[in-house]
Amino acid sequence: MRFIHSGTRRRAAFAALATSAALVLSACGGGAASEGGGSEGGSGSDGEQTITFIPKQLNNPYTDVVLGGGEDGASEAGFAESEVVGPLDASASSQVSFINAETQRGTNVIVIAANDPDAVGPALEEARAAGSKIVAFDSDTNPDYRDLFVSQVNAKDVALVQLELISEQIGGEGEIAILSATANATNQNEWIKFMEEELASNPDYANIELVAKVYGDDDDTKSFQEAQGLLQAYPDLKGIISPTTVGIAATARYLSTSEYKGKVALTGLGLPNEMRPFVKDGTVSEFALWDPAQLGYVAAFAGKALADGDITGEPGDTFEAGELGEREVGEGGIVLVGPPTQFNAENIDDYDF
Amino acid sequence: MSLDSKSTAPAHPTPEHGRTSALGSLLKLRELPVVLALVVLVAVTAAINPLFLSEQGIKDLLLNATILMILAVGQTLVIITRNIDLSVGSILGLVAFSTGSLFVAAPNLPIVAVFVLGMLFGAVLGGLNGLLITIAKVPALVITLGTLYIFRGINNAWAGGTQYFAGDRPEAFGNLSVDTALGFPVITLIAVVVVAIVAVYMLGTRPGRDLYAIGSDPDAARLFGIPVTRRVLLAFVVNGLLAGLAGVLYASRFNSVGATTGSGLELDVVAAAVVGGVAIFGGSGTVVGAAIGALLLTTITSALTALRVDKFWQQAIVGILILAAVVIDRIASVRSARKLRIAEARNV
Amino acid sequence: MSDPSASPTAVQPEGHQPESGPPPKGRRMAATPGSTKTAAEAGRKPARSRTGKADTSTVLAVSKGRTGAARMLLGRDAIMIYVLLVVVLYASIVIPRFASPVTVGFLLLDVIPTLLIALPMTLVIISGEIDLSVASIAGLTSALMGVLWQGGMNIALVLVICVLAGLVAGAFNGVLIAYLGLPSLAVTIGTLALFRGLALVVIGDNAVANFPPGLTAFFTSKLGGTGIPTVMIGVVVLIIAFAVVLHFTPFGRGLFALGYSKEAATFVGIDVARSKFLLYLATGTVSALAGIYWTLRYSSARSDNASGLELAVIAAVLLGGVSIFGGKGSIPGVLAGVLLIGTINYALKLDRVSEVVLIIVTGSLLIISVVAPNIASAIRRARHSRQVRSAPLP
Repeated sequence: MRFIHSGTRRRAAFAALATSAALVLSACGGGAASEGGGSEGGSGSDGEQTITFIPKQLNNPYTDVVLGGGEDGASEAGFAESEVVGPLDASASSQVSFINAETQRGTNVIVIAANDPDAVGPALEEARAAGSKIVAFDSDTNPDYRDLFVSQVNAKDVALVQLELISEQIGGEGEIAILSATANATNQNEWIKFMEEELASNPDYANIELVAKVYGDDDDTKSFQEAQGLLQAYPDLKGIISPTTVGIAATARYLSTSEYKGKVALTGLGLPNEMRPFVKDGTVSEFALWDPAQLGYVAAFAGKALADGDITGEPGDTFEAGELGEREVGEGGIVLVGPPTQFNAENIDDYDF
Repeated sequence: MSLDSKSTAPAHPTPEHGRTSALGSLLKLRELPVVLALVVLVAVTAAINPLFLSEQGIKDLLLNATILMILAVGQTLVIITRNIDLSVGSILGLVAFSTGSLFVAAPNLPIVAVFVLGMLFGAVLGGLNGLLITIAKVPALVITLGTLYIFRGINNAWAGGTQYFAGDRPEAFGNLSVDTALGFPVITLIAVVVVAIVAVYMLGTRPGRDLYAIGSDPDAARLFGIPVTRRVLLAFVVNGLLAGLAGVLYASRFNSVGATTGSGLELDVVAAAVVGGVAIFGGSGTVVGAAIGALLLTTITSALTALRVDKFWQQAIVGILILAAVVIDRIASVRSARKLRIAEARNV
Repeated sequence: MSDPSASPTAVQPEGHQPESGPPPKGRRMAATPGSTKTAAEAGRKPARSRTGKADTSTVLAVSKGRTGAARMLLGRDAIMIYVLLVVVLYASIVIPRFASPVTVGFLLLDVIPTLLIALPMTLVIISGEIDLSVASIAGLTSALMGVLWQGGMNIALVLVICVLAGLVAGAFNGVLIAYLGLPSLAVTIGTLALFRGLALVVIGDNAVANFPPGLTAFFTSKLGGTGIPTVMIGVVVLIIAFAVVLHFTPFGRGLFALGYSKEAATFVGIDVARSKFLLYLATGTVSALAGIYWTLRYSSARSDNASGLELAVIAAVLLGGVSIFGGKGSIPGVLAGVLLIGTINYALKLDRVSEVVLIIVTGSLLIISVVAPNIASAIRRARHSRQVRSAPLP
């Protein structure tokens, strides 16, 4: 027992050292930012407003582009402080404690891309009760929990563009499949729903059959294997739609390394920088995306308008979104950013994101 | 299927009772149930979906198993010495990302050099685990759980949002996972060579045999004059080296390498080794078995998809397989224990 | 078994099992080659008094004649608690807004699942086993809860069934480990995959969110202005129950004995199999409770809930001073360990430090907590032998 004592004392000393080192580190890291507006952040009314972006997960290239636009928007809109916090994994509950911490800091505007529309609900309600404005972007929360949703584009338009592309590429008939992100991703599920409705109702697509929906969880390896599985399970598959940047790139990688290259069509939503080699080598002929930076940019201005009390998120409200001009809040508190762009061999080199 | 392997196992002992060596040695082949399971699985799947064994289908099966196979071989060395390395997923991630960075920083570096550097990096990380475990004399489970977090943290801090894509790497490097030689994808051949080398080393050399002795009884091994510390360190270094190799191959095969590459892989690797007949408490098991275990686990995934079985069952089946493997191990050990006792004419 | 040297050793795992009686030469402690010294110091009971007398190092000389109270104040658990207090104090000073009831609330809500599962896990590890399937049991419970509730079942009945499901899952582990004598590490890696797989089978890709608002609100509600979540009442009851069972009952003492030496435990009349079986029933049941809490706190039932929690729980338990070889540890120490990680976690989040730092700190703490005592004892040994040489004592 005594033998242990001095051992544990030393252990305790080490642990304390490590911990304080971590805290000192953290103090340095966060200190610089919080000096600016952190201390007055809670009041908000004196113009020292703060905004925090909580993406689905950090360290994702698409997210980085969105957040880049968000940072620009935040400084142009006049926020004293803008921060990005978020989990390293895109699980349903991982965002909650970040929302809690921001609530406690008294952040004026929380901009969030929800991993799960409901799991973040209770935490966001607490944040609103404490006076924060909530802007959802990229992936919506349950509408009860946010003031606004800044949407890439009209969900239906996104769905239709992808259907048009695939129909064109497979010659209007045959089996297709969808390789999505997570099974609960709000935005993807909405697009898929519109695609299914359109396939069922539009006579142009009468000969196209959607045979499978699989989920790659926005994980490169898993998406890769799901793509491989699709081709094996459905030998007559003519095309794949992947409405997520990770999924389309992983699928493209598989196709380009297999005998299916050029035989099975692939389209969806992708980042031009990621997809360039696959467009050049003929694996993919055309895909779509909006400018992700604009998404963050508009979200920041929407947050500013909410925090200033200029708008409340009611349909019909309008606000200025910097160089992108005036935006109007639509039905269901949705703000649209812009039409999707289509990328192909001719124009892909004009884009850098 | 996994239920089959469960029920066939107890059936074996009966005929063996009276007779001797031939059946006995066949039964001692701990790889046998795994191989049988694999053969049945592939046969049934191919019968239902012929595409499963098409040229592309076989290529995919082998490619899928390659990385897990290499990791399972390394893990086996460590488990045989009665240790475990949970940090392999994080090592793979770090090496894969550094491979991506290397090609961007020095595009003209020969591919062989990248392999060597990646494996060295992995060996250093594995050596770090080994040093902490052997010199500070602390349990491997705790240390490698710690380095699982630390290596992953470093990977995140280093990579941030940066990812490198297949397009950033030379085409020849990516083609290693596309081109075939002798009908095998090149990276699978690399894996097979690795398995062969390590298997020969474990069977045919003194240090290899020492690892088994250490795992069976470390105290006795030490008394016997085996340099336990050095051997265990060696096992961890080799495991790191192989995880590094797996990391380089990952970068060759998949599109993107970044902060989260390879996370969560550790339990799959341990599972592959266990399914392949490596006893979790050391001293028994072969690298060939572990490699077949890896092949079986990845093949199940592909088979279920090819059969269009509800993919939700996939993980449950993997779980049942692991349990079946553990039960078979138990039966085997009880039997050989009984035999030993009889041999020693002890009355139990 | 093509390797001749390997075949006789296939018997080895058996040494861990109660029904076989190999020479009790401390195989447990040898789980890592070279760990013998650690384990020896970590103390078999008889070693304790002996080392106290024999060791003449200065540090220990001072502590001679320490009273019960002093021992308590300087014990390993006490030190973990001091570390926790220091961290809390430090965070309160350095991080604005840390010192507030709001922190207490959010922090506790975050750590409750880890805290809950850490309780039975402590007992399991003390008895020399491990359970990696806990998070999967929580996920399975969550999935079941979602499906049953969506199927229109009464919520009270749903909760009862979920707890029973946890009990059954725990019993499954228990039978395999306690009665069939299979190695717990391998078994629970298997059931980790199996239970998570069953969760997927049960609920698939769906998520169920429409739980009764009153119930979900209750799970995030606080006790007045204290910031303490209401559910903490139940958690505290469980903490006390587990602490009493471990530290003040023959069953609990039996677990320590089991962790020291299974053979010895059997000799002194402990029903090894039954004890272990009960422990796995407990982990299963408590994991189910954690799953229910998780589902209602986030008002979302999904198959991937709580995934990866097993490693966080084990890290916290080991940090709390429980020896991975068994035979050593305490509930207060584990509480301090869980809260320490939880506090650092929340403090870093409040200061907007990246989770990357948290991951690295968690890993480093874990390693330091096991390496430091060994280095310390190595130094002490060196010092001791020097003193023995200069002034030889029997």
